[in-house]
Amino acid sequence: MSGLKDAGHLFRFLGLFVIAFLVFWLIRGYVVPKSFGEYGHYRGAAITDIANHPVKFAGHQACEQCHTDIADTKTKGAHAHVNCEACHGALAQHANDPTSMTPVKPDSAVLCARCHTASAAKPKGFPQVDIADHSNGLPCATCHNPHSPVIGSDAKTTDAASATAATGGAK
Amino acid sequence: MKISRRHILVLLPAAAVAWKHVLAGTPEDAPNYKLSEHWWGMLIDIPKCIGCGNCVRACQTENDVPDGFFRTWVERYHVSDYHLENPEVISPDGGKEGFPAVKAGEEGKFFFVPKMCNHCSDSPCTQVCPVGATFVTPDGVVLIDQQYCLGCAYCVQACPYGCRYIHPTKKVADKCTLCYHRITKGLTTACCEACPTGARQLADLKDPKDPIHEFLKTHSVQVLKPQMATGAKAFYNGLDGSVR
Ligand code: HEC
Ligand code: HEC
Ligand code: HEC
Ligand code: HEC
Repeated sequence: MSGLKDAGHLFRFLGLFVIAFLVFWLIRGYVVPKSFGEYGHYRGAAITDIANHPVKFAGHQACEQCHTDIADTKTKGAHAHVNCEACHGALAQHANDPTSMTPVKPDSAVLCARCHTASAAKPKGFPQVDIADHSNGLPCATCHNPHSPVIGSDAKTTDAASATAATGGAK
Repeated sequence: MKISRRHILVLLPAAAVAWKHVLAGTPEDAPNYKLSEHWWGMLIDIPKCIGCGNCVRACQTENDVPDGFFRTWVERYHVSDYHLENPEVISPDGGKEGFPAVKAGEEGKFFFVPKMCNHCSDSPCTQVCPVGATFVTPDGVVLIDQQYCLGCAYCVQACPYGCRYIHPTKKVADKCTLCYHRITKGLTTACCEACPTGARQLADLKDPKDPIHEFLKTHSVQVLKPQMATGAKAFYNGLDGSVR
């Protein structure tokens, strides 16, 4: 007992440590989110937060469920692998509720040129045209059906192309 | 194990919740998404890229990427026969509106290289974060917890591929999430959805049915800066040696 006679200050010090630890532990428990460390040294719930962001591109499967006619035309044509929203832009809002917004028809003169303007930088096999020369300033959709662009691949385009040709539109 | 009343008390609501998700059934609810069953990457097929910029625009729309910043962008390389190692690289506005045309017969070769976060499995960017705000998820996607991020930009400097930036208004780090909010719902990324030629394809390496496995077997595929040993998962097919 006598050895501890002068150790009172040590116990007080220890008490201080214990209190400090408890305070630290309480604050830590309060500020560190529950999910921290769930998967690693980060807030696990952040994964769910990010997964809950809104979707803006509905995906071609959604379009194809309603617009079956266009989907049918398209799968038979040269644009089979070009998805609807590659041309029409993000339309999840429309796909979720078609009445909430009517998509604007893309302007084919701008749209088609983005992909088909001739450039030696593009892969050789990709169909390219010199826009000014080829279309004579007409919107591409006058002659091509955007959903099945090869001329003659469906009745509509054959008519349109020959009609424009007849009126002198074609080059 | 004997199922006691207490077990049933716990299990029933859990089963009810699970069943509700099954009934809902739409990919939007992603009921059956398990982190441990996926390991995401991206295949980038350079010979297919036409430089239309669809991916850049789709990414900006889908993820509200501020103007002048890019989570993905497209570069055009011009490799001259006389300077094989010093290609001329352009990326006007990230290639968002395409590229100036090149006349036939121009000297050297031209090709497009889409760039994006490589979702490295041993990422330098996650290692330098002082607060655990950026991390590799169990399904292999590098994400940022923007509530935790301090905006110190260590990670921006650490990324060898230049794929991160500080968001101009949020003042925190921002980058490609591999459209995590889409892929967990069974959709593909916005850039892949918008790519007309299949030059970009989302790949799930843990899915044995994913065509990526056949592709990797039959093609010579590379990652960018392999010498950095980042465990990059953006797989480039037909990558020219001059690409940095
Ligand atoms: C739930 C069914 C549904 C889905 C899904 C859907 N649509 Fe529609 N869409 C409609 C209906 C109905 C209209 C006609 C609405 C109107 O005229 O106001 C329409 C109109 C359109 C129009 C305008 C037609 C015109 O005459 O101007 C376009 C373009 C379009 N849809 C594209 C798409 C695309 C692209 C998708 C996929 C993202 C899609 N739609 C998904 C039902 C749907
Ligand atoms: C290559 C680009 C392209 C793709 C891919 C494409 N569209 Fe279109 N779409 C257009 C253009 C351009 C127009 C406007 C045509 C016009 O001006 O008459 C259009 C018009 C429409 C219209 C209006 C009605 C009509 O027939 O003119 C609907 C509906 C539509 N698209 C739905 C779809 C759906 C659904 C898909 C996917 C299955 C799809 N589109 C894929 C370019 C495209
Ligand atoms: C998002 C890019 C994109 C847009 C926009 C686009 N196309 Fe295409 N187009 C393609 C792809 C990809 C192919 C298939 C190329 C292949 O078969 O290798 C194609 C094929 C074609 C072909 C067939 C060429 C051939 O000889 O096989 C024609 C014609 C065509 N497109 C016309 C158009 C027209 C007209 C428009 C505007 C309505 C348009 N394209 C818009 C990507 C696009
Ligand atoms: C006056 C009618 C007309 C207009 C307008 C028109 N085309 Fe064509 N286009 C044709 C004909 C005819 C062909 C040859 C038949 C074919 O290959 O389908 C063709 C072929 C093509 C091809 C295939 C070339 C190839 O090498 O295989 C592409 C791509 C194309 N057009 C894109 C466009 C684009 C883009 C526009 C708009 C800027 C456009 N066309 C406007 C009539 C037209």
